[in-house]
Amino acid sequence: MAKRAAPEVNAGSMADIAFLLLIFFLVTTTMEKDSGINRKLPPIEDSDEDVIIKQKNIFTVLLNGKDQLLVEDEIMELKDLRAAAVEFLDNGGGTDADGNKCDYCKGKKDPRSSDHPDKAIISLKNERKTSYGQYISVQNELVAAYNVLRNRRALEIGPRRGFADMNFIEMQKNYKDVNWVGNKEKLKELISQIKKEYPQKLSEVQ
Amino acid sequence: MSKFKKKKDGGLPAINTASLPDIVFMLLFFFMVATVMRDNSLMIDNHLPSASEVEKLEKKNLVMYIYVGKPSSQYKKKYGTEARIQLNDKFAEVSDIAAFIYSERESKREEEIPYLTTSLKVDKKANMGLIGDIKQELRKVNALKINYASIKGDVSRNKQ
Repeated sequence: MAKRAAPEVNAGSMADIAFLLLIFFLVTTTMEKDSGINRKLPPIEDSDEDVIIKQKNIFTVLLNGKDQLLVEDEIMELKDLRAAAVEFLDNGGGTDADGNKCDYCKGKKDPRSSDHPDKAIISLKNERKTSYGQYISVQNELVAAYNVLRNRRALEIGPRRGFADMNFIEMQKNYKDVNWVGNKEKLKELISQIKKEYPQKLSEVQ
Repeated sequence: MSKFKKKKDGGLPAINTASLPDIVFMLLFFFMVATVMRDNSLMIDNHLPSASEVEKLEKKNLVMYIYVGKPSSQYKKKYGTEARIQLNDKFAEVSDIAAFIYSERESKREEEIPYLTTSLKVDKKANMGLIGDIKQELRKVNALKINYASIKGDVSRNKQ
C-alpha cells in the first residue's frame, strides 16, 4: 500500500487561542508607573535636646480642618503660596552656619525674613480633619517653590559647566536616562551642588 | 470539454489569514513581557490626588503599598463609611502596619532594605488624622522613605 502523507493539522483555531491569552494579559496589565511626591520622614530621636531655631527662619504653614490656609499668621489663598515660599527661601538676609553670605539669592535681603536658604525651614502643620487632597495641594506648592529656585539656579550655572538650556528637573531626568549622552559625573556634581545650595527643609509636624 | 475547469469569475478570493496567529502572538508576547500583575484587588475607593511636581517611582519591587480610603460599596455594610487602611487584600488597623512592614522587609534581600519605599495611596477625601497616625507608625519602624502617590495634573482638581 502506498504511503499516505500525514494529514495536516488544522491551525485555524490557533488565532482564537492566542487571542484568548492576549485578552487575559491585556486585562491583567498595569502599564502606568507609579508617581508621587517623595518625602523623608524624620527619625524618632531619643534626645530631648531642642535645637533652637530663630523664628524668622521658620515659615509656618498651617492647614486647618476646614482646609483653610494660614501662612505666617495670615490667611492666604493656595495660589499665592508658591510665590510667598519662594520669597521666603530666597531672601538671604544674613549668613549661613559658616558665616557665608548667600551670593546667589535674589531676594529682598529683608533682615526680618530668613537668613540663608540653608537655614530656612518650612514647617507644615495640619489638623486631623484636614482633607488629604488639600494637604497634597499644599505639599505640591511647597515642593514647586523649591523647584522654581533650583531651576533658576540650574539655568544660571549650567552653561558655565557645559550643561546649557537645562533646568534642574531636566538634569535629574537626564541623569537617570541611560540613553543620555554627556558627562554624568559632572552632572551629578552639579545636581548635588544645587541641592546643597537650596536644600529641601520641609518639616511635617503634627 | 476540457479537463481544467475555468475559474469562476467574480467573487472576492478569500483573504489568507495564515499569518494572523503570528501577529496575535507578537502582541501577546509584548503584553506578557510588559505586564506587571495586579497584586492587590482594591476594597476601597481610591481616587488619588493630583500634583504637578510628581516624581516617578523606580523599581516597583522595592515599593510597599498602603491603601487608604472609604470602603467601596459592597463592603459598606460591614465596614462602615469611615476611611480605612488596606494592606494586602485585607482591611487593617494602624497597629497592623508595623507587622506589615516587617513582613515585607523579610521577603526582600538584606541589601535592598534601605531602598524600600512606602507608597501611600490615599483617597483625596481621606482625613489627615489617619495619615498622621500612619506616618507616626512608619517612623516607629524606621520606614522613613515615603511617597505620596498622586497623579500628574493640576492641583485645582483636588477640590471637592
